Amino acid sequence: MAGIDNVALASIVMAGLTMAIGSIGPAIGESWAISKALGAIAQQPDEAGTITRTLFVGLAMIESVAIYCFVISIILIFANPFWNYMVLKAG
Amino acid sequence: MEISPDLIVFLKIGGFSLNATIVFTWIVMGLIIITAWLATRRLSVEPPISHWQNLLEIIVTYIREQIREITLQQPDRYLPFLGTLFLFIVVSNLLAIVPGYSPPTGSLSTTAALAICVFLAVPFYGIAQHGLIEYLKHYSQPTIFMIPFHIINELSRTLSMAVRLFGNIMSGSMIIAILLSITPLFVPIVMQVLGMLIGLVQAYIFAVLATVYIASATRLQEEKAQQLK
Repeated sequence: MAGIDNVALASIVMAGLTMAIGSIGPAIGESWAISKALGAIAQQPDEAGTITRTLFVGLAMIESVAIYCFVISIILIFANPFWNYMVLKAG
Repeated sequence: MEISPDLIVFLKIGGFSLNATIVFTWIVMGLIIITAWLATRRLSVEPPISHWQNLLEIIVTYIREQIREITLQQPDRYLPFLGTLFLFIVVSNLLAIVPGYSPPTGSLSTTAALAICVFLAVPFYGIAQHGLIEYLKHYSQPTIFMIPFHIINELSRTLSMAVRLFGNIMSGSMIIAILLSITPLFVPIVMQVLGMLIGLVQAYIFAVLATVYIASATRLQEEKAQQLK
């Protein structure tokens, strides 16, 4: 039964680490993008529509990195293929 | 707690199971069709127009303006596809406020199907605009060694569109489910409002990204032709 314990431990720890490490990059990237966009809007208020649309698309692109991490950690917790395999093997 | 509405099975006939994703997709489709049919039953160009016609005109005009600004082309060719994508995702996300409903966009099957539609629509519009040879030629721009990277780009952006929409909507419903078991009184309502905002923004982003991809396929050669002149 040591194997199944190890799988559970590794899954939960890695799910937390995936979210923790994986959200650092997108957070820095998004804050940078928003600050740049605010500066651009302050300089050229006429172009606010274009800048906002590009900002949203760019934010979605950046945010998808964090979403990938989230999906992986959710898979690790709720739909872990290794866990199912170990449960099946233990019978 | 279910990770996706695929796992909620209502009916099982033979090898075919009718899960919640299919049922709620049908409900969303029916809702859109019936609303559009009721609203366009008595159209009028005179000033006393109905509220529903006014609403639909605002939506259609706004989508047309957005497509025109992004693609810099006439929006009529792209309006049916992109407008349908946007409206379907918006309705299926915003209906999440109805109790007992789980958004079909919270299932990877639905979002993968939508992303594959975009994946197929990009070469369709590109070939319709430029012909097969001209469209295939842009894969070898700027050098012939870029062909694998163009193909990887198309595949990975399809995957990222599907996973982005799925992850956002699924995380919204999952956060609400978790909060309902921790603080069931007030906090889930706030998160539900946030989830509706995220649903709206994600529908907008999905439609804008599809527009950008289609525009890049249809506009690339025109710019090159203008440079050559």
